[in-house]
Amino acid sequence: MRKVAIYGKGGIGKSTTTQNTVAGLVELGRKIMVVGCDPKADSTRLLLGGLAQKSVLDTLREEGEDVELEDIRKKGYGGTWCVESGGPEPGVGCAGRGIITSINMLESLGAYEEGEELDYAFYDVLGDVVCGGFAMPIRDGKAEEIYIVVSGEMMAMYAANNISKGIVKFAQSGTVRLGGLICNSRAVDNEKEMIEEFAKKLGTRMIYFVPRHNDVQRAEINRKTVIEWKPEVEQADAYRGLAKAIDENKEFVIPTPMEIEELEQLLMAYGLMEAA
Amino acid sequence: MATMTKKKMVQWDPADVKAELLSKYPPKVARKRAKQIMINEALENETPEITANVRTTPGIITMRGCTYAGCKGVIMGPTRDIVNLVHGPIGCSFYAWLTRRNQTDAGPDGDNFINYCMSTDMQDSDIIFGGEKKLAQAIQEAYDLFHPKSIAVFATCPVGLIGDDIHTVAKNMKEKFGDCNVYAFSCEGYKGVSQSAGHHIANNQVFRHIVGENDEEKPGKFKINLLGEYNIGGDGFEIDRIFNKCGITNIATFSGNSTYDQFASAHTADLNAVMCHRSINYVADMLETKYGIPWIKVNFIGAEATAKSLRKIAEYFGDKELIDTVEAVIAEEMPAVDEVVSDVRIRTDGKTAMMFVGGSRAHHYKELFNEMGMKTISAGYEFGHRDDYEGRQVIPNLKVDADSRNIEELVIEADETRYRPRKTEKEMKALEKAGLQFKHYDGLAPDMDNDTLIIDDLNQYEAEKLVELMKPDIFCAGIKEKYSIQKLGVPMKQLHSYDSGGPYAGFKGAINFYNEIDRLVNSKVWSYMKAPWQKNPQLSAAYIWE
Repeated sequence: MRKVAIYGKGGIGKSTTTQNTVAGLVELGRKIMVVGCDPKADSTRLLLGGLAQKSVLDTLREEGEDVELEDIRKKGYGGTWCVESGGPEPGVGCAGRGIITSINMLESLGAYEEGEELDYAFYDVLGDVVCGGFAMPIRDGKAEEIYIVVSGEMMAMYAANNISKGIVKFAQSGTVRLGGLICNSRAVDNEKEMIEEFAKKLGTRMIYFVPRHNDVQRAEINRKTVIEWKPEVEQADAYRGLAKAIDENKEFVIPTPMEIEELEQLLMAYGLMEAA
Repeated sequence: MATMTKKKMVQWDPADVKAELLSKYPPKVARKRAKQIMINEALENETPEITANVRTTPGIITMRGCTYAGCKGVIMGPTRDIVNLVHGPIGCSFYAWLTRRNQTDAGPDGDNFINYCMSTDMQDSDIIFGGEKKLAQAIQEAYDLFHPKSIAVFATCPVGLIGDDIHTVAKNMKEKFGDCNVYAFSCEGYKGVSQSAGHHIANNQVFRHIVGENDEEKPGKFKINLLGEYNIGGDGFEIDRIFNKCGITNIATFSGNSTYDQFASAHTADLNAVMCHRSINYVADMLETKYGIPWIKVNFIGAEATAKSLRKIAEYFGDKELIDTVEAVIAEEMPAVDEVVSDVRIRTDGKTAMMFVGGSRAHHYKELFNEMGMKTISAGYEFGHRDDYEGRQVIPNLKVDADSRNIEELVIEADETRYRPRKTEKEMKALEKAGLQFKHYDGLAPDMDNDTLIIDDLNQYEAEKLVELMKPDIFCAGIKEKYSIQKLGVPMKQLHSYDSGGPYAGFKGAINFYNEIDRLVNSKVWSYMKAPWQKNPQLSAAYIWE
């Protein structure tokens, strides 16, 4: 089983990209579990067709210790297992601690066991690596491959660089590696070239360039992944391509994060190129 | 014993001892520690500066406690009719349970919660979802069970990390009950350099939420507050006995054997007598600014110190009758003290002591050792600040660092209706001229002999090294040091909890202390530290590789 975590700046499209990619992997015949690591519990909406499900932490709170695997996971598109870690309301408690608890719970309930015959476990993690709890999926080998969703926007690249720093920290003591950058295009000038260069500097590669298309939004309104909503559209092929690239990926590295100044220079170089 | 006496003759130079203490440290740590180890030159009155109240270098096994320990354990622990509720996991809460030998007398109302240990017992899910609801529930439970006048809530580390708003919870519960004052302390353990931060946080809240709540005039002619006395081993009982005998009314003790009403009425006293300068000088200052009550430093540890402190109080009130009563009490109490002193001094004269305790205690107990003819060769505080070493004149020059800025300073103004200077400016001047010093404390250093070592925030390694090098006859600190020191063959007296002894304050306490120290330093048991075969092996052998 490959254990994959998707990180990236908040609002970059991690959940959307993850679910659409998972749909592509389903088409390749893969058996997958998606674990949403976000207190908002909205990481599996497209796979489940919008059906809200009870999060691990809510279940734990209501049922006490007596929790069954079937209480916390639900079958979504193409037989994909969907789990939402959940968490406290905004502004109270500790969501990071919640993620630690729910991943441990999944493990102890045997969600990852061989009998489940999973090919992939995907962790969709909230925002940046803000604290120890959100780094949980990349600690202790919970996730072994990381993909960072990024765009050509400056803050997204800053975040990606920071996440790389987090990966370096845990890679030195564990098995986690960076699998590549996924560029979720925002139609920024020279975006593809810049992210390719950025990836090179980080010691990895841009594994796929997902073009911007309104079909993604249309599918979301229909509470579906693009592949499920309209398998024939161009954007569906883009996600199939990303799924294939991940499925065939063999390049896993310990990243080499950039100094902030170096990153600024990169931004300037590509930003000014267009202006000239 | 003969060998022991011979060993004591070892001469040591303080500079060599200091160098030896520092020699094991990496250069950066050694540089920092060097500033906290001061060779005293007090006799020349050119006290060099000591670094104090700074964070302990991680990795050093410090003697210090945490902010929660200072707030919950030291300041609020000894009050008897306030329900102390710890918001946190049960481990921290266990230490809310009478670990400091604070004694109390349930009094006529019988309200005594000191022997209870109350906690919200935070679980994993409370950390994840926040513990505010559980806290409100716990406050309600405590109220339903005991109907106390007041409930105090204490934050442990995780509460600060997850950001539970304990003050709002407390405020809401106070409004809900109407007849129970509820307030909270943000005294998370990590918050300060040492327990000293916790004392400050505790005192701020006591001043803000309790002091001044009861304006009822208490009977008594000479009304004082005793600040910074925690009734360890019954010290407060002995001091109160003496006050009663002298006709001095103790309105409030902060906080040994104290009650909610004592704190609430503290502003009705006419003088504040400060024992532990470190833990409470801010309250004395605030009481003066807001209500006009002057403060003097006293010390009831040591018979002579007790007599001196009583005379100071009498001098302040300037009442002939009080002055005479105080003299009569001293004359009545001293013969018993003198009798024991003259007996024990035969055995204790010239012996040496080391003390690393508190933020004032090391200074106070020096008096008792002096009375026994014993010399304090090295002393220091766990959580003292520079003014506790060098005197209050350094306060304006204290560096305000990030850690001290982290602890709230209350801005106090004179109370519109209740501010009443207890003495006119002229009277204060006259008293000062006659030698009574207000708001004055010289600190430990001037009382220490030349060339003795004053060490701030001593640690396990340095303690053992000091004992090894200087071989004191007795070492005084806390429970954490107790057995490591005794294993070195030196008697150890706990001056936080008094082991199982006390009281040591006042006249009767002094007698207890003389006898206890005599028993410890003259015990033959320490000469049996080595088994007979270690001293005179009947068989000698060597490892084959030697």
